Amino acid sequence: MTPAVGQPVDRVDGRPKVTGSARFSAEIPLPGMAYAALVGAHIAAGRITSIDTGEAEAAEGVLAVLTHENTPPIAAQPPLLPSLAGTAAPGQTFFPLQDDVVHYAGQHIAVVVADTHERAQHAASLLHVRYAEEPSVTTLDQGRDLAHVPEAIFGGFMPGRMSRGDLRKGIDEADVRLDATFTYAANNHNPIEPPATTASWEGGELTLWDATQGVTSTQQTVAALLGLPVSRVRVVGHYTGGSFGGKAMTWHHPALAAIAARTVGRPVKLALTREQMFTSMGHREEQEQTIMLAATGDGRLTALRHHKLSPTSHFDEWAEPSLGVASQIYGCPHYEGEYRLFRANTMTPTFMRAPGEASGMFAMECAMDELAERLGMDPLELRLRNITATDPMTGDPWSSWGLEECYRRGAERFGWAGRDPRPRSRREGHWMIGTGMASAGYPVAQPLTPQRARARLYADGTVLVQAATPDFGTGVATVMTQVAADALGLPVERCRFENGDTALPQIAAAVGSAGAGMISAAVHTAATALRDALVARAVADAESPLHGADAGAVELRDGRMVLRGDPGTGESYAEMMHRQFLPDLEALGSWNPGSGANGHALMTFGAQFAEVAVDADLGIVRVRRMVGAFAPGRVLNPKTARSQLMGGMIWGLGQALLEANHMEARTGRWAASSLGDYLVAVNADAPDVDVELVEVEDTVVNPLGVKGVGEIGQVGAGAAIANAVHHATGRRVRKMPITIEDLL
Amino acid sequence: MRPISYTRATGTTDAIAAVTADPRSHFLAGGTTEVDLLRQNVLAPRRLVDINDLPLTGVEEMPDGSLRIGALARMSQVAQAPVVRERFPLIAQALELGASAQLRNMASMGGNMMQRVRCGYFRDTASACNKRVPGSGCAAIEGTSRGHAVLGTSAHCIATHPSDVAVALAALDARIRTEGPGGERSYSFEEFFLLPGDTPDREHPLEHGELITVIEVPSVPIARHSAYLKVRDRESYEFALVSVAAALALADGLVLDVRLALGGVGTRPWRAERAEEFLLGAPAIPQNFHEAARVEMAAARPTSMNAFKVELACRTVVRALETLTGSPS
Amino acid sequence: MSSHVSANTAAESGVLPERGPEPVQVTLHVNGERRAVDIEPRVSLLDALREHLGLTGAKKGCDQGACGACTVLVDGRRVLGCLTLAITCEGREVTTIEGLAREGRLDPMQEAFIAHDAFQCGYCTPGQIMSAVALLREGHAGDDEEIKEWMSGNICRCAAYPNIRAAIRAVRDADPDAAPGTGSGA
Repeated sequence: MTPAVGQPVDRVDGRPKVTGSARFSAEIPLPGMAYAALVGAHIAAGRITSIDTGEAEAAEGVLAVLTHENTPPIAAQPPLLPSLAGTAAPGQTFFPLQDDVVHYAGQHIAVVVADTHERAQHAASLLHVRYAEEPSVTTLDQGRDLAHVPEAIFGGFMPGRMSRGDLRKGIDEADVRLDATFTYAANNHNPIEPPATTASWEGGELTLWDATQGVTSTQQTVAALLGLPVSRVRVVGHYTGGSFGGKAMTWHHPALAAIAARTVGRPVKLALTREQMFTSMGHREEQEQTIMLAATGDGRLTALRHHKLSPTSHFDEWAEPSLGVASQIYGCPHYEGEYRLFRANTMTPTFMRAPGEASGMFAMECAMDELAERLGMDPLELRLRNITATDPMTGDPWSSWGLEECYRRGAERFGWAGRDPRPRSRREGHWMIGTGMASAGYPVAQPLTPQRARARLYADGTVLVQAATPDFGTGVATVMTQVAADALGLPVERCRFENGDTALPQIAAAVGSAGAGMISAAVHTAATALRDALVARAVADAESPLHGADAGAVELRDGRMVLRGDPGTGESYAEMMHRQFLPDLEALGSWNPGSGANGHALMTFGAQFAEVAVDADLGIVRVRRMVGAFAPGRVLNPKTARSQLMGGMIWGLGQALLEANHMEARTGRWAASSLGDYLVAVNADAPDVDVELVEVEDTVVNPLGVKGVGEIGQVGAGAAIANAVHHATGRRVRKMPITIEDLL
Repeated sequence: MRPISYTRATGTTDAIAAVTADPRSHFLAGGTTEVDLLRQNVLAPRRLVDINDLPLTGVEEMPDGSLRIGALARMSQVAQAPVVRERFPLIAQALELGASAQLRNMASMGGNMMQRVRCGYFRDTASACNKRVPGSGCAAIEGTSRGHAVLGTSAHCIATHPSDVAVALAALDARIRTEGPGGERSYSFEEFFLLPGDTPDREHPLEHGELITVIEVPSVPIARHSAYLKVRDRESYEFALVSVAAALALADGLVLDVRLALGGVGTRPWRAERAEEFLLGAPAIPQNFHEAARVEMAAARPTSMNAFKVELACRTVVRALETLTGSPS
Repeated sequence: MSSHVSANTAAESGVLPERGPEPVQVTLHVNGERRAVDIEPRVSLLDALREHLGLTGAKKGCDQGACGACTVLVDGRRVLGCLTLAITCEGREVTTIEGLAREGRLDPMQEAFIAHDAFQCGYCTPGQIMSAVALLREGHAGDDEEIKEWMSGNICRCAAYPNIRAAIRAVRDADPDAAPGTGSGA
């Protein structure tokens, strides 16, 4: 029987998605549904001096208006921990409607509930709010002199300063030194589904349908905020319409929906508007990175200094970890990295696809390209001279690597060999053509809690596998069906994966590209336990043809248990279960990553190549083609894996050329708050993308050796494009995004 | 969105009478501006008078070679009309480079002329905007102005006129015919699209209840040799940073006739008359194209964020004209 | 009630009949079925479908005409449900994603989207499919450049664009008898 894992199986949730029958969390029909609308603060800093709700309350259909004056205090504010930790995971350690202070523009200051969507939205516009405004700090220029080096960032998981070797020594040993500063616009996730929660109380029990990367995070966070026993909060999220980190943490709206529903005694639907998505779910922070590379004349890095400056909120010390991969991918002996943060009138920034790696590797890989040019060396050759089989921070070997193979196969598919390195060397009419490449890396993150799944075989020979995780487009439901099928020797058609509900076995939020690895570990563990139980029953059963056989000699094929080397001896699961009066048999699998790494460093690697055309007069950049080669361990489903990697690469294109938001210094508000102003790639921007999968065996990360594909596609993609723009035009544009005015 | 009532009109006269009689009634055509701005609480009519059933949808070639475009013809319908594609390619191109296929199926030509600016401060009722609330100030001048206008601005408003097709029509001396409480009228583009000056809230000379019925495009033989070039960050589904509508006729290497209008840079669809004047009779060479563009853009008053549009506009004019002369770049 | 009042009556009275702002009965033809709903005139076609008719296939992505997730067909043409008021659709035929499959058989475009993995999260997908069906009927799928341009009104944040193009090509190049969008009312 051909293993299902590794096959390009079509998505199992394809049919509901293409027919429109998939129900997202704002699409749950409940009797008596009421609609909530959020109201955001118009100022970036100050106090609410008065909030007149009279007109709103008197408006047709209005059921309640919640403000800081009448909203019950929250029970407790849980700390900010990345949702992969498996515990409560608020996006920021601030909860609104608790007092009159405004910390950032758009901060929720009221919730209006009415009997229809239109009435709620209209009434929300009828609040009369007066403020005492205070000066705000929101931009890099305003905050630069206020910055500090934090003890730790990222929920306390990463140090604010890192080093190895002796930077001074590394600089002294070098023949070439390069200093460059990169600036980055802020980015907003903008999934097409606005975050939404439908809340319903039955007695003291709360059910939430929530658009999230982790139903457990929502459950734990809302239970903590509302002071409810976790056992009384159920969170369902069968479908989530894209997230990219924006629904990785639990923001305010699920708890606000629950409070609103409790207040009006009806189920309440709360969906953010597109505009509110810019001020309600975090963002990738605006930032500046300064990098210093020092190298010998033959291209060996001797020193790397990488500093980052960025704003964080008044509540949390958050920066996306931009320095990580850039500090590890090359074997540079002397290193210093430092985060500098300043307090700003902003939400706490948050995870956004390739959080940190994309921005950090943009600086690193653009600088490497520039260094290659200075040294007169092929950019790929410079990388090859510096890559390292061990993590330079710890000296531990990578659990699996594959980077050289990614370079080789990527370069081959792209046609890198024989490239004329001279900028402006290729022209087609108005178009200047350039090519560029970059390395990619993404850490393999591990959950902190046991990951669980349940496998239940029915006597008809079909299996149901269950785990709490939602599928927000990763294809997890599809690949877990494949994993279960292989473990139980069943065709995929006889396996079903049920997910997206806290009533099912616990899984942490699927973030940081960790989902496929940890959930496959849980499903594999459960299905293997079930298989072992089945075989144990067969060999112990006097009426079974396998009676007395060594359990280790029994293998599973197509729903049958047979003796290895003697497939004629055996029986089907169904035969045995009928005989034993078993309607079903189930097993719970629990995978504990524990300390896991066993002296290994965990990272996924890849290589990116891009070709751009730049209009010589008009400065327009068009990406003509992209090639990415990635080594994500085992590939569970090449079809869905390619799709995710492709999506990541096009995100890299967007980050490099389109996506930008900025705080306005004067008002402390975002310049863009719609999809008309915040530009994401449309179909016409997206070239065909060639994704090469380099499978590497990894026996360390998790039982199936899966390292994940959600983010690495974006890492380095922007740098490859920027390097191609330089090759085309001779201009180094050290910013994201690169826009027309940079190239005129 | 505030509560609204609704009326579907079946006759033009009734529709006009209904809106004229009620200062808080608006016409509703394709809805792509009206419904959007209702939801933003920028517009606040009491009632919408739906004019989609009125017989104003024709696209006709007249015996004198002029074109009559019914105000309720949809953008997609006009772009597809063979007469438009053959005789006025710049109109078809401008239409198909605007918005998206869905929006072009909805938006009417009259509505396109009446569409409101895309300035974020105009759309945001919490921001100062002289166009929305006269006298409240202009947040854009000191704010985010990358997409804003550099020509025809005032100290009170720098919002860019967003239309593509209006730029093509401006180049062709199109006229806008209306019916209203004061009877039938006809406006040149110059008359129809008002500069903001110190009354940016007044965008058109129309009276309340006055309805666009027809857009007339005179027979412009050189329009057969025309193009609309649009420059933007995204390859599609975005308003112009700069656009150029151009038609050109040469004789012996000299410019015999030229039509030039700019989008993305003006507070109204910007007929580049100075550039046209410079070019008439001049040798059709890139240096002259560039000089003509400079002459036109000399009046530009950019902000620090949109200063690049001045140079970009010059280059886009050159490119558009080069495309029409087939000059090598 | 009928939405149409004869021009004569209106002219005689001098005042057009006015409906709303309170909820009024609006009769829609959706996927070949006549459906009456009590809604305020300000209710969009998108909200009427999703909140009043239980047809949640058309998605709300931006409610501003900037994403295309709400694409449906009205009288056979693709339009945005978010910028269309439901009451203006009386007397017109509305086709949503739910009306595309017939008797449980998927439309070829739906099949092709699955086969070519032309979506990930699935949220923009109904709009993409409705747009793709219209695209083929409009004759705007000649080559990839044309498909790119004419599908750019549907944002896919998962960026499945190359696969969306592959799905459209596949349907375009398949048996013409299997033309897409032959579902009810389309």
